[in-house]
Amino acid sequence: MLEIKDLKVEISGKEILHGVDLKINDAETHVLFGPNGAGKTTLLMAIMGFPEYKITGGKILFNGEDITDLPLHERARRGIGMSFQRPPTIKGVKTRQIIEISARNGISIDEVAKGLNLGHLLNRDVNDGFSGGEIKRSELSQLMAQQPSFVLLDEPESGVDLENISLLGSAINKLLQKDMKRQRVNSGLIITHTGYILDYVDADAGHLLIGGIVPCAGNPREMLHDIKENGYEVCAICPTSC
Amino acid sequence: MSNKLLDNLTERAKLAVDKKAPFGEDIDLTKYVKASNEHDYVEDLEKLSKEEKERLFAVGVDTKAENRSGSFVQHDTKVSHRRSTQEGVEVMGTMEALEKYDWLQDYWWKAVAVDQDKYTAHVELHQNDGYFIRTLPGVKTVYPLQACLYLREESIAQNVHNIIIAEEGSELHIITGCTTGPHVKEGIHLGVSEFFIKKGAKVSFTMIHGWNENVAVRPRTGVFVEEDGVFLSNYILLRKAHSLQMYPNAYMVGKNSTARFNTIIAVPEGSHVDSGARTYLRAPGAKAEIISRTISTGGTVISRGHMIGEVPGVKAHMECNGLILTETGIVSAVPELEGRVADVEMSHEAAVGKIAKEEIEYLMARGLSEDEAKSTIIRGFLDVSIMGLPPHLEAAIKKTVETSQKGFM
Repeated sequence: MLEIKDLKVEISGKEILHGVDLKINDAETHVLFGPNGAGKTTLLMAIMGFPEYKITGGKILFNGEDITDLPLHERARRGIGMSFQRPPTIKGVKTRQIIEISARNGISIDEVAKGLNLGHLLNRDVNDGFSGGEIKRSELSQLMAQQPSFVLLDEPESGVDLENISLLGSAINKLLQKDMKRQRVNSGLIITHTGYILDYVDADAGHLLIGGIVPCAGNPREMLHDIKENGYEVCAICPTSC
Repeated sequence: MSNKLLDNLTERAKLAVDKKAPFGEDIDLTKYVKASNEHDYVEDLEKLSKEEKERLFAVGVDTKAENRSGSFVQHDTKVSHRRSTQEGVEVMGTMEALEKYDWLQDYWWKAVAVDQDKYTAHVELHQNDGYFIRTLPGVKTVYPLQACLYLREESIAQNVHNIIIAEEGSELHIITGCTTGPHVKEGIHLGVSEFFIKKGAKVSFTMIHGWNENVAVRPRTGVFVEEDGVFLSNYILLRKAHSLQMYPNAYMVGKNSTARFNTIIAVPEGSHVDSGARTYLRAPGAKAEIISRTISTGGTVISRGHMIGEVPGVKAHMECNGLILTETGIVSAVPELEGRVADVEMSHEAAVGKIAKEEIEYLMARGLSEDEAKSTIIRGFLDVSIMGLPPHLEAAIKKTVETSQKGFM
């Protein structure tokens, strides 16, 4: 579904990603580990197509199409969706409205909102005064309406209490069609710091992003264990997980 | 009105005929001509020409008068229609009201000073009616009243004096549309409005302006709000206004009185708008809020606010947000807070600039093109739900705003 080849990305003239390779097949969920400042969010933003994240080398292929130069909204329209860690507040634009904007045919806004316990926020301005958990639920409700085939999730569990994390987990599983087996197509890339999300969402592969490159990939649970035991640096040079 | 009082007002007005206003371009009032007033009283507003009906509709005045508690229309300097459809709600020209009620002189020029500037003086010396709207004690309007001040003839000055009284415990919603005939190129609208919100009464006053090329506008407004009274002012201007300046004053003299001013203004090239609100919080528990959202597509808009806390235990908040959508265009926010005692809670926030890139991109990530994202944000910026209107009134205003937005988006 998504293939990244030797991707180099800079922000304000400074190169952050120095040649990243990554391949995510249909129906696969991958997680991305890495210390603060490693470039994880940069990778997601570059895949989504934010102009500030300038691609200076390499390619992004989505379903075989080279989307490296496609604008942001065209990528969204082709089926890439992203949940933001710190989305902006938009005064006057209601949460219901942004879910409607995101929605593909046949989606009931009220049902999506109900599933994510978001009904009380529908008539509030987007992200205005929302708690951390409310932001995550609002982000996921937009994605549920958008129905992307490839989902980018930036730390979906951060700022969410234990009660809501399972709610989010179910929503993510639904987005990734985890309830389907043979017919499953959707895939995703999830950034996680704590790894809590792995208790709720089955991931097929893990990658470590450190210093602007991806030196290492493997079983996500084993990698998480290694990182917890030995830190990111040691995980990066571990021969067994690659 | 007693001769003594009249003489006194006339004298004061005469002394102020050259008194410049502190803000806005100084307009030469001698260049305007007297209206011929060659038009008759209109019993049924539906009989107005199609052209005029459209102009009225664009400023929120429905000539079918469906879902309205009453209507008032003044063409140029003469009242052409007035009707109340609810018992306990009075609607008439101010000249007629002065004839009818002796006590009205106790309200005359009490909320606005006759010698405030040359424009108030001009209205006193060349009075052309205006509307008198009053709700009797405890009466609540089911539907809003509508009033329209219409400039039909070329190059005239319309000098109106309006009085609005909400008696104790009453509730009154008014939509006022001020506009010009489509062919009028020049003129001036001078409108004095004095509001008296009695104990426990509530008034929402939604004013929509739609002017033409070289029309100058100088409204002068004063509001008294008594104990537990609520005054809600909504002002909407989305069409070109060559020169408009206003700075209404609200005097919150009763305990727990509330005043709120919401303003939505868009200025295209060639518009110069200087608009604000001043609130005097004079009784404990008084609350005031000024919210303005302004957009420039090439014109100049100055958004002022001055909140004065005179006694302890009052609250005031102001928000001035401005968007500049073109390379040229000026948005100026001038918020001013003045606490005259300790124990007042006053705050303001102001922001001026272009649409935030991160907001545009956020919507683009949901599949909107850049242009679609911008229009969505602008529509949200001009959202009338901030005005706190009853649902049916909000729906009507929303429709009006959407129609007008097409002109500049």
